[in-house]
Amino acid sequence: MTAESFRIGFLPLVDAALPILAHELGFAKAEGIKLELVRDMTWATVRDRLLYGHTDAAHMIAPLTIATTLGRDRPAVPLAVPFVLGLNGNAVTFSAKLAAETGLADGLGDPVKIGTALKLIADARLAVGKRLRFGVVHRYSSHNYMLRYWLAGVGIRPDQDIEIVVTSPPFAADALAAGEVDGICVGEPWNSIAVDSGVGHIALATAQIWRRGVEKVLTMRATALEERRGEVEALVRSLHSAAAHFVEPGVAEESADILARPEYLDAPRDAVLRAITDRIRLVPGGEPIHYPDFMFQYREAANFPWRSQAAWLYSQMVRWDYMAFDDDAAAAASNVFRPDVYRAALAGSGAPLPGASSKLEGGLDEPIGAGSTQGRLTLGSDRFFDGRAFDPDDIQGYLAGIE
Amino acid sequence: MRIAIIDTSAGRAAVISDGLREAGLDDLVLVDTTRPLVAQIEAATPDVVLINLENPSRDLLEDFFAMSRALARPIAMFVDQSDAEATGAAIDAGVSAYVVDGLSKQRIKPVIELAVRRFQAFSRLQRELDDAKTALAERAVIDKAKAILMKRRQIDEPEAYALLRGQAMRTNRRISEIAEAIVTSEALMGDME
Repeated sequence: MTAESFRIGFLPLVDAALPILAHELGFAKAEGIKLELVRDMTWATVRDRLLYGHTDAAHMIAPLTIATTLGRDRPAVPLAVPFVLGLNGNAVTFSAKLAAETGLADGLGDPVKIGTALKLIADARLAVGKRLRFGVVHRYSSHNYMLRYWLAGVGIRPDQDIEIVVTSPPFAADALAAGEVDGICVGEPWNSIAVDSGVGHIALATAQIWRRGVEKVLTMRATALEERRGEVEALVRSLHSAAAHFVEPGVAEESADILARPEYLDAPRDAVLRAITDRIRLVPGGEPIHYPDFMFQYREAANFPWRSQAAWLYSQMVRWDYMAFDDDAAAAASNVFRPDVYRAALAGSGAPLPGASSKLEGGLDEPIGAGSTQGRLTLGSDRFFDGRAFDPDDIQGYLAGIE
Repeated sequence: MRIAIIDTSAGRAAVISDGLREAGLDDLVLVDTTRPLVAQIEAATPDVVLINLENPSRDLLEDFFAMSRALARPIAMFVDQSDAEATGAAIDAGVSAYVVDGLSKQRIKPVIELAVRRFQAFSRLQRELDDAKTALAERAVIDKAKAILMKRRQIDEPEAYALLRGQAMRTNRRISEIAEAIVTSEALMGDME
């Protein structure tokens, strides 16, 4: 068997778990491919290494793949997403001072209640000309869109009432500690590191804002995906096997040991373990609480690249870049996600394959059986905190409804 | 054309700016990476920003450029992708360029190429320095091993060296490795008779 090789760029975050475990635990080898992990510190660098061939694939924030394909802020390069590396797993963390001001209790708060308290503080700070400042990991990140979705939903205008600035994940806890920002929205383990070092209180899990929000994706150049189609399908299978293993009972300790290593996350093992077992320490010195599906890596075909999720990200891009809706751009954005490649890779494997490529997002309150061409598929509640659903066929109507 | 240089290595920033000056580009701003970058760039209003690829502030700068485009219409981008080869070379060398103003490709290209060459020159210098350091360290360990042999075997220096070289040739190893082994064993067992 020849070992076809993929260099995969990543940032030190727990949701880089699947490619790392696929490499470390032999799932890649079992598919006849070889992985080499390339660590960076900023999303811009991960993207640029991918675009210019330093890497073959990347652990990537989903909106940045769409922005790059559409040529936002830079020349366009078509990217493709054959696999979703996970849903949610991020949190909003307040500085100790802001936590006290908002009256944050010990448990995870209610998004509306915390948001209402936050609005009063934001207004007061605006009145004295010292706006609250939040850090997100990139302009085109799910973190930026989740945070803005929540803020706007509780009546805070993200670009007028407060400030949103960018700080790369490994520096987010430091920015909070240094008082550069009053809150951060970042992936794990960086919220937990802020809590453990006594500078932050976790206010919300992003899963409370959107119960099944798309998070990191596996990204490739669209041309490279076509040229290496067979190997890419092997890569998708190896990641799918890693995901199935990742959620098995009793393996979390071993996963945490691997992820925490200096060449990967270089982070405290305990913080990593808490994140991957959905146990979150919210306040310094507190007992971790269990929040089911804080991170979501496998069930309900979580790795399936739903075009409707790409479309939702595009709707937020239109909303927050204050640009006009464009039919062609919307189609191009949806087509970045490649359910066809996912299906081809996993056909005959026993993995549930959804029959549709697009669905109503945020429409489910209760778990429901969904149409599948292979295997049994149940989808859990995927609600947005404000109860609004997103129909990918009517993005304009959706946008008109939230203005 | 004003060029801002952001590099966490002051040595490399100096190598790059010297090169640009030699080429007649002398409107340079060296950004102090220990202070907030955005404020400095805002004050400097450069046409081009050169930054090393690993710089942890790249996401922040992209955001800043995107924001300032909305306000004053300068363009933020990575170097023009139509010249994939030049861009690839820049990435390989570890330089990232943001063209802040709408400069034409013809004007930006020489700047990038020069920066790439200087980045490479810097890493070559670094390598040569490392090699020289290694060579010095090797010479020191060989001298030590020779001294040990001379003392223990009551031989002179050429004989001691010949002994080292002979052992290295027989075992297909480097003289410095043999010397290293002698020094280590002397440290552990030197007081045994």
